[in-house]
Amino acid sequence: MADITLRVNGSERKVNVSPETPLLWVLRDTLELTGTKFGCGAGLCGACTVHVDDAAVRSCSTPVSLVTGKSITTIEGLSANGLHALQKAWIAEEVPQCGYCQTGQIMEAAALLAKNPQPSDDQITQAMSGNICRCGTYDRIRRAIHRAAGAGGAR
Amino acid sequence: MSPLSRREFIAAGVAAGVGLVIGFYWPHGSGPGGGRFAPNAYLKIAPDGKITVAVARSEMGQGVRTSLPMILAEELEADWKQICIEQIGASTLYGDQTTGGSASVRSLWDPMRKAGAAAREMLITAAAREWSVARSDCRAENSAVVHAASNRRLAYGELAGKAARLPVPTDPPLKAARDYKIVGKPMPRLDAPSKVDGTAVYGIDFRLPGMKYAVLARCPVIGGKVASFDDKESKKISGLGYVGKIGDSAVAVVADSVWGAMEGRRVLNVQWDEGPNKDLRSAAIVEGLKKSAAGKAAVLYSAGEVAKVAGRRVTAEYQLPFMAHAPMEPENCTAHFQGSKCELWAPTQVPQDVRDSVAAAVGLDADNVKVNVTLIGGGFGRRLEHDYGVEAALVSKAANAPVKVLWTREDDMRFSTYRPASYHRLSATLDGQGWPVALSHRIVMPSINIQKGFPAEDGTDSEVKEEASFVYAIPNTLIEYVMTETPVPLGWMRSVNALQVAFAAESFIDELAAAGGKDPLALRLHLLAKDEDLNGWSSARMRGVLQLAADKAGWGKALAPGHYHGIACFASFHTYMAEVVEVSMENDQPRVHRVVGAMDCGQVINPNILEQQIQGGVIFALTNALRGQITIEKGRVVQGNFDDYQPIRMNEAPVVEAYLVPSTEAPTGAGEPPVPPLAPALSNAIYAATKKRIRALPVVS
Repeated sequence: MADITLRVNGSERKVNVSPETPLLWVLRDTLELTGTKFGCGAGLCGACTVHVDDAAVRSCSTPVSLVTGKSITTIEGLSANGLHALQKAWIAEEVPQCGYCQTGQIMEAAALLAKNPQPSDDQITQAMSGNICRCGTYDRIRRAIHRAAGAGGAR
Repeated sequence: MSPLSRREFIAAGVAAGVGLVIGFYWPHGSGPGGGRFAPNAYLKIAPDGKITVAVARSEMGQGVRTSLPMILAEELEADWKQICIEQIGASTLYGDQTTGGSASVRSLWDPMRKAGAAAREMLITAAAREWSVARSDCRAENSAVVHAASNRRLAYGELAGKAARLPVPTDPPLKAARDYKIVGKPMPRLDAPSKVDGTAVYGIDFRLPGMKYAVLARCPVIGGKVASFDDKESKKISGLGYVGKIGDSAVAVVADSVWGAMEGRRVLNVQWDEGPNKDLRSAAIVEGLKKSAAGKAAVLYSAGEVAKVAGRRVTAEYQLPFMAHAPMEPENCTAHFQGSKCELWAPTQVPQDVRDSVAAAVGLDADNVKVNVTLIGGGFGRRLEHDYGVEAALVSKAANAPVKVLWTREDDMRFSTYRPASYHRLSATLDGQGWPVALSHRIVMPSINIQKGFPAEDGTDSEVKEEASFVYAIPNTLIEYVMTETPVPLGWMRSVNALQVAFAAESFIDELAAAGGKDPLALRLHLLAKDEDLNGWSSARMRGVLQLAADKAGWGKALAPGHYHGIACFASFHTYMAEVVEVSMENDQPRVHRVVGAMDCGQVINPNILEQQIQGGVIFALTNALRGQITIEKGRVVQGNFDDYQPIRMNEAPVVEAYLVPSTEAPTGAGEPPVPPLAPALSNAIYAATKKRIRALPVVS
């Protein structure tokens, strides 16, 4: 066990966990930020996607010791009031079915728009194909990203 | 809430200051309690106007938390903005709460309508009395009763207390479909905002104070048991608690954190008694199915005399592998066993089965087991099993603490219940013009229901019979079922047996079209040409979806170079479905560009949700058609995660267009019917592109 200080959603958070603990479980169990989901534990599905210094990262496969001193953003911190352009677009396009993977999808899409405010279809496909949705919402995810991009994108 | 008489039930609502509480009641003999009337579900209207609709089905993405309230709100003449829902856990008041068989809307259409209409009538009566005017001069609209002549208006919230004292009408008038304002409209899903900001609470997110986490080491060999275990290394892990056997075939590892429990399991040393299935493998299972094909068959449907028809014979064999649901949220359940009672928080499609199974497992009366239903991160039938709920209760009891049992993805993949593998023999006879005049289909497959101990009906599995019931008007038709056995655990997976039956039957129809020199759509329409009842299905409604899908897809029109169409249809869960798949071949592998689906599921409740179900069903089916299979080697499930059981991702996802046949028939299933036609439509498109017939799934192996 080790004392580790993290910067999560703009706040300093001190945790006492073993250093190899995946960031996912520190977020979910220790910090009670359960919007980040467990899907595969192996970086294969993207349900656990968060931002580390603005890059989309699979928190299930990232030991917490690797992100000390870095800025971590989860779905809870993506916007102050849950109204990031992507979240609004996700509602407008009625993307979620079961909804379980969608927070990870949105975090992946947010990292894409931050780098590329007007992505093409191919660029969306390339960025989003690491995220699995078993409800098959891919068409609508694509539409929502375009909608958010059209609305000014990254914020 | 305990069962109450109707009078007590309503009075209780008034006493609690809730306003109007309406229970609605099963007709004589059709509901719980046999011959007595009992409250079934209810709505509450608070003095502030808030309307709460009880949802006694589980939300797993199919939209019941929106579609069911819509039905009630329509008859209530409610302001949709005032509707909220209450999720009902395992209860004795609501009949069978199983969420499955695409049945939620179908089975609750009438009860929900009547509940809304009864409340509306009572509110109108209350307002008429308040104003001392004729009831017939008042009308309900937008959560208020209006008296137009005097331009007066009372909101439902203001009327709720008075309305609650009125008798509940038993047979309130129902609205005509042409007057619908909510039903049939794409009302936004009530749960969407919470699913995009991370506040939605799924089973995995629920927590109790002092809760421990558990993972279980289960015998990797089907049917094997724990021989012994050594937890010396596990106990060295910080925060590790109870380690012990749960049942015969698993060892639970309990810790203060999920990660601690996972680490504890990783270093746990278990000796397994691998049991009788340690040499089981998929190749032998397939051989066994083929051998069984000559065995005793139950006749599921028979018309004419197949054996006596002379002409040109066409035969084919098809086979399908085991498949896994793999919902995104792995199995989990939180349980708190407290000696004389046990409470659970479960992402389950069967809260009552979980309650009863837990009660038996931990030695309590069912009355002392409370099951709360959480949001579900994908069901697809996997949550029709109570296994993870029972585990959670047993671990909580053994560890003497509130416990969340969590499965990993590998646990989900390897210890699931699987869609049955199957083998199919088909034979047909064509007349001189190339039209089929005889068709037989022998289905060889283990039975989910018999394996689970449900009784056979007429010596067979009635669910297989139902899901194999769609037939064409071929004068000599024989559908048979050879029921086999397997030690591989079987479960109901989205569309259940209809997927296997449709793949074989609808691919074979395409073979007959090719053999007889017919267009695949024209052949199907020819075999449905006369308006008639076909084993309970309407030929006209099936023609309708075929024609709609074909028209929207541009069947028969020129496609992009190298692109080809395939078509298939199937009827299941009381619904008619047709799909056209457009493919091209790249390096000998199919690329699916576009899928057009047409559905006739009667009255449309929410077209947006239905479109989601069609899009979702197509993508779900495409995973298994292309490559998602479960195989067995050395008695073990081979696949473990999304690297060797690969769901469709965005880079392979086609555009899916959904079309609905307008209808005022009672609504029928929507979650499952889009699944069965996909694999045959895909394989038929591949045939169009390559002249090679796909007779085994998955396509890419």
